[in-house]
Amino acid sequence: MQAHQRMLDPTPNGLHSGESPLLQTLGLTKRYGDFLANDSIDIDIWPKEIHALLGENGAGKSTLVKAIYGLIQPSAGEIRWQGERIVLSGPSEARSRGIGMVFQHFSLFDNLTVAENVALGLDGKESFKDMSARLEQVSKTYGLPLDPRREVWQLSVGERQRIEIVRALMQDPKFLILDEPTAVLTPQEADQLFIVLERLKAEGRAILYISHKLEEVKRLCDTATILRGGKKVETCNPRLETAASLARMMVGGEIKEVKAPAGRQTTVPRLVVNDLSLAPSEAHGVRLEHISFELKGGEILGIAGVAGNGQDELFAALSGERLSRDPGTVVIEGIAAGHLSITQRRKLGAAFVPEERLGHGTAPRMRLSENALLTGHAASGMVRRGFIDTAATLKTVDRATETFDVRKAKRDPEAASLSGGNLQKFIVGREILRNPAVLVVSQPTWGVDAGAAAVIRQALLDLATAGAAVLVTSQDLDELAEIADRIAVMFHGRLSAPLATSEATREKLGLLMGGSSLEPKEAAHAVGA
Amino acid sequence: MQLVLEKRAERSNTIALVSPLIAIGLTIVTMIILFAILGKNPLLALHAYFVAPLTDGYSLQEIAVKATPLVMIAIGLSLCYLANAWNIGAEGQFLIGAVAGSWIAVKTQGTDAGAWVLPAMLVLAAAAGALYALIPAICKVKFGASEILTSLMLVYVADLFLDYLVRGPWRDPHGFNFPTTAEFDPVATVPLLIEGGRLHLGSIIALLVVAAAAILLGRTIKGFEIRVVGAAPRAARFGGFNANQLIILTFAVSGALAGLAGIIEVAGPVGHLQPGISPGYGFTAIIVAFLGRLNPLGILIAGLFLALTFIGGEQAQIAMKIPLDVTKVFQGILLFYVLACDSLILYRFKLVFPNRQVARGTG
Repeated sequence: MQAHQRMLDPTPNGLHSGESPLLQTLGLTKRYGDFLANDSIDIDIWPKEIHALLGENGAGKSTLVKAIYGLIQPSAGEIRWQGERIVLSGPSEARSRGIGMVFQHFSLFDNLTVAENVALGLDGKESFKDMSARLEQVSKTYGLPLDPRREVWQLSVGERQRIEIVRALMQDPKFLILDEPTAVLTPQEADQLFIVLERLKAEGRAILYISHKLEEVKRLCDTATILRGGKKVETCNPRLETAASLARMMVGGEIKEVKAPAGRQTTVPRLVVNDLSLAPSEAHGVRLEHISFELKGGEILGIAGVAGNGQDELFAALSGERLSRDPGTVVIEGIAAGHLSITQRRKLGAAFVPEERLGHGTAPRMRLSENALLTGHAASGMVRRGFIDTAATLKTVDRATETFDVRKAKRDPEAASLSGGNLQKFIVGREILRNPAVLVVSQPTWGVDAGAAAVIRQALLDLATAGAAVLVTSQDLDELAEIADRIAVMFHGRLSAPLATSEATREKLGLLMGGSSLEPKEAAHAVGA
Repeated sequence: MQLVLEKRAERSNTIALVSPLIAIGLTIVTMIILFAILGKNPLLALHAYFVAPLTDGYSLQEIAVKATPLVMIAIGLSLCYLANAWNIGAEGQFLIGAVAGSWIAVKTQGTDAGAWVLPAMLVLAAAAGALYALIPAICKVKFGASEILTSLMLVYVADLFLDYLVRGPWRDPHGFNFPTTAEFDPVATVPLLIEGGRLHLGSIIALLVVAAAAILLGRTIKGFEIRVVGAAPRAARFGGFNANQLIILTFAVSGALAGLAGIIEVAGPVGHLQPGISPGYGFTAIIVAFLGRLNPLGILIAGLFLALTFIGGEQAQIAMKIPLDVTKVFQGILLFYVLACDSLILYRFKLVFPNRQVARGTG
């Protein structure tokens, strides 16, 4: 009843007068050195409420929920639980009071079964047998099917998330925190999750839902609190806002629209992959199976898919970090390159941007000029007779800084000192400035602020317009819809046939991401396989 | 109030320079306490250790002579350590180099072999040191064997092999049964820089090695490769650098430098092959490498400093009857403090005061 009324009320908090919120923070502040990660945040969470916590990376969302879950101690301010002031000694105290949390990064042991993983995460003293029975019952009740006897490495990401949710529900929490739960789900899996969340809400529980997917928040949440730069900007009813108005509050200004230049022409094939199969290099890795596609100059091909379906393995096979026995499996600029090293592939005109910025794309404790040399030594005139031309490496830093608006404290700082967005702009800039014929980029805007994301997407579009072939792997379907000409989906190491972006609806992509086939006769074949 | 370590946004270059000095300071404080416990006057002991050797010409030359092998070995080790390859067996490579070079000296003894003898000894010693270091490197790359263990164990193999040779086949027939070869011929001896002094050509070679390492690490792509493979292995692979090749290369180079230092020591200050030609140079060089922050110039300074402790230790033993083992204690404590102080480059100490309780009314 109450929830229904509140939906119609533009000021949701006004309705609760007379009763006390389930959880409340008052002036909650967390200081790291000179940096205020949370600056005096007030937030009220009521029973029977799905409360969104919105904000860009670095806005302070994680810090706030960590304080609420007892993982960190606030520097100032207080937390109230059912009207009473509490100081949490740690997550187990939070759990015993009825606060549960599902993290974005799962803490599961791959080689243990579902039931064993759940048992490890519970504080209670019940027997393993009772616990397993209760696990099956909870998972049935909430429509979260799980086989307690299966080992985790065999499960999909969506199933792993179910383990985490069931584990939290087995403690019967009054208040559940979910950190970006749909980031790893297909659209269909997300829909199923929303049904579960609605049901938890109907049971009288409260949910704090961290996300930056605005459409999702508008659909699911009753209240939204927006953080920016560690401060609370506003608490509002997301259903009365537009996605654009929510985005403005998150970013604190207008976001530049990415414009696809008109009249982009495709030319000759610049990157061709022919029937690429590759055994995994590590235990529980994904086997690439019969991957084929052709990418022409002037074209952007998007690869969608839930994380862990072979995208990393494909990147390694394309970049040459892993070699293929058959040279013809990867063809760059008409030259068979499957057996060539990453340096030789760069000399053919290929450039690569991996998903991990620190430690893979850059050496964190080295200067930007040295990180320019990291990928530039092969083909950019930075090395003469074995000697480094320091002026040339610094020039690359300056050009990337200028062209891509990289903000940094000094001319040549260490990579680790840059913010995620600025470092990503540097990495993408470093590769684009080499005028590559082929650019393979993985998760180009993952964990990057909206401003930097727009700059990077625009740069990819401009590069394709200039004639390069661009391959973008992303879990963000909106991003792919914005920049890709065609979208293919990766599932269990296989790549679907690409769809034109105009035909690639969320539903179709979601089916492919879940392993279904779009054509009925192929579906029959897939069952047999 | 609470003392916490807080991560710095960027490494502190000031601390990087100052940290070895802090470590030396803390070591000296600890040594003062140790001397006091031993019942020695700490001030006199410190004087004997650090001041007396600097006051006469003979000791100054002796410091340079002792620093020569330390610096040469430490430069090689620093290349390994920068590349994340842990060569602990430089002592063994030093001894094998000494044995291999001595082979030519022993075989040409008393013949009219010409000026080619010494250069041939140097080359053979370097090659033997490199080959000996390649054993743990190849075991690491091919079989994943821990290079720390294998390189360390090979030290004892080299030690006993040398022992066998000087007690058996290579023993000086006129040496009163002492386990030693005959004194090397003049053509098999490293020339002195000053007639009648102690300083020899090896010190010049050590300086050249320092200069070459500085250029390698600071200016060349190979040096960059070594640094990036150690600092960020995955990024290095993304950069197209092969970590296994670098393990082989840095082990070979450090083995060669240790072997070269070995023959220079034998054909220089010692003059013949015998057991105990090294007071643990190969191990002390590990301290030199870290005290010098794995930087060639730093290693040169650190090498001179540790040579000072060797000479000072001898002086303290003579003047104050302080056991020579105290020098080893000193070196161990120094390494401990150096590694501890290094954490201050990436972290800083901070005093944290407990939360002030925020009093607030309800509503």
